[in-house]
Amino acid sequence: MSKLRAFGAFWYDFVVGDDWLVAVGVVIGLAATYGLSQAGVNAWWLLPLVLVVLLPASLRRAINAPLIPRRTPGQRRPPASPHTPPAN
Amino acid sequence: MSASASALFIAVFLACAVEAVEATTIVLAAGTSRGWRSANVGMLSALAVLAVIVAILGPAVSQIPLRGLRVVVGALLLVFGLQWVRKAVLRGSGYKALHDEDKIFREQMEAATGKQARRSFLAPDWYGFTLSFKGVLLEGLEVVFIVLTFGSNAKNIGLAAIGALVAVVVVAAAGFAVKAPLARVPENTMKFIVGIMLTSFGVFWGAEGAGVNWPGSDAALLVIIPAVALLGLGLTAVMKRGRTASEAPIQAPATTTVH
Repeated sequence: MSKLRAFGAFWYDFVVGDDWLVAVGVVIGLAATYGLSQAGVNAWWLLPLVLVVLLPASLRRAINAPLIPRRTPGQRRPPASPHTPPAN
Repeated sequence: MSASASALFIAVFLACAVEAVEATTIVLAAGTSRGWRSANVGMLSALAVLAVIVAILGPAVSQIPLRGLRVVVGALLLVFGLQWVRKAVLRGSGYKALHDEDKIFREQMEAATGKQARRSFLAPDWYGFTLSFKGVLLEGLEVVFIVLTFGSNAKNIGLAAIGALVAVVVVAAAGFAVKAPLARVPENTMKFIVGIMLTSFGVFWGAEGAGVNWPGSDAALLVIIPAVALLGLGLTAVMKRGRTASEAPIQAPATTTVH
């Protein structure tokens, strides 16, 4: 059972990756493009538009997520008091 | 070579070069810490498994109707491409640590050095064999995926395979010549470019598979690629500025309180 779960987790990680919102947004964008083209609209502009919305939204989620460590946490902060030597 | 064929070659070459850098780092760590025989046997075994996968998947992929293939492949390329661009933007703006091949090499070496040797039929050291085998197989699977999807969509699997082969040979030759991780390869820049390429081809093929006729046909790619690159670069610049601005108030009191 745990091997099956690990297999599923591997494929989820391989296909969906870090942010499920990107995968869902892409599927919705493609489905909407298909729907519009079936209705006779040549919606070549829709996927680029989805991209312009999706990438900043995903980046915003990443910045707000607590798991992403800053490159140099605390390094640029001032010392706690004037008498505390600055950290190197 | 036409513009779309050149774009195909560059996209496959860069994407496969990134995967090859990662695989080479793992094989070098296995070979240096555990002995070259086991690492080489592991690498060759993985390449043999990959050859079998290509022999099975190659003809199967070519049987899928092009339109359906383009939707599925377009969706996958878009998801993969956006994840790569997302990571590159986060690294470029300082929100995520840069990918460090030296650090990965050291970690793999430390992990491998402490393990007990266990002999097997072909390889004198089982740990070195599996480390090398898994690294080459996983990164190689991504190379196979890139070649088959890009090649079949562009109806030019041969050119895609040549692009991948050149990338793997160049990176492996460089890695084994210096016998050290390829830390000087600007991996974040390469990943950003590859992300842009994957995303652009994903938009183009995905939309085409969904029934869209691009204005200018294949020439639309020459607009999509720079437009996606501009979006990524713009977001990196905005986020870098935002990060600097958010840190400024933290620094400000230091100048007033520390004498």
